Amino acid sequence: MSKSHVHPENLPQALRAEALEALLVEKGLLVASAVDAVITRYSERVGPMNGARIVARAWVDPEFRQWLLEDGTAAIGQFDLEGGQVEKLVVVANSAKIHNVVVCTLCSCYPWAVLGLPPTWYKDPAYRSRIVREPRTVLHEMGLALQADVQIRVWDSSAEVRYMVLPEQPLDSAGMTEAELAERVSRDVMIGVAR
Amino acid sequence: MVNIAGDEVDEVRVALTELAGPGAPPMVNGELLFEFPWQSRAFGMARVLCEAGVFHWDDFRHLLISNIQEWENNHSTQTYAYYDIFLQTLTMLLAEKNVCLDAELDSRQLELAARPHGHDH
Repeated sequence: MSKSHVHPENLPQALRAEALEALLVEKGLLVASAVDAVITRYSERVGPMNGARIVARAWVDPEFRQWLLEDGTAAIGQFDLEGGQVEKLVVVANSAKIHNVVVCTLCSCYPWAVLGLPPTWYKDPAYRSRIVREPRTVLHEMGLALQADVQIRVWDSSAEVRYMVLPEQPLDSAGMTEAELAERVSRDVMIGVAR
Repeated sequence: MVNIAGDEVDEVRVALTELAGPGAPPMVNGELLFEFPWQSRAFGMARVLCEAGVFHWDDFRHLLISNIQEWENNHSTQTYAYYDIFLQTLTMLLAEKNVCLDAELDSRQLELAARPHGHDH
């Protein structure tokens, strides 16, 4: 039988994982529901989809947008976020002439409750130092070429304050539902290294 | 709305730190990438066992990195399959700790493989 005909559940690794889980359950070392809970926690409740949902809401609801920009910490309270509001969240809005980008020059502070796991380059000393000194060049190297008349604002995160970028709504997304809009929002856009 | 207990907040914070850096799992757009359900089960088991204190994540991570390096040394032109090595690392660590021996795992795996086709459909 060729590999393509093997049902994924019958791959040797799948059988080994299933065997391991069964044995660990029998030994009283874990319960299947705890494994389910961990998978749900990481795949659905932690990650940039939280930030994307917030951005999409701000795009469709002007009052929420205003609240988000005035008091991000309070405004995201209505979202079911893993970890809740541990740090202060400040949301900064892009416009045609202003582009925001987030960094943590000291270490790697990151709004993980809304953006999940940070990308590897976020902790890179080169990104942390250069994005402050020469943001336009660094953004260009990362694939974002900004017009010369667009002002770049760099926001330095700290243990107390975390930043998230509210991007401009794409022109071609008019009429989309909030859920459809959320799918358009990537992590990099909310860090500010894409638009 | 679901309220999150404080200890779960801590677990997630610790986990987010632990999952970054060397030996980090494959991610797309900041989210974990699982190609097959068994990969998420393996990940979930490792996290539950770690949270239950069966092993420290750093011990797991060090063994994982060394297994990845060993695999790469033996397969210079291929890319490693992260969760294949992840599962291998998990079973190695549990065997080392006498939690679950290879022999019982092998025999259970054979039993599962011998199930009639369509056993769970």
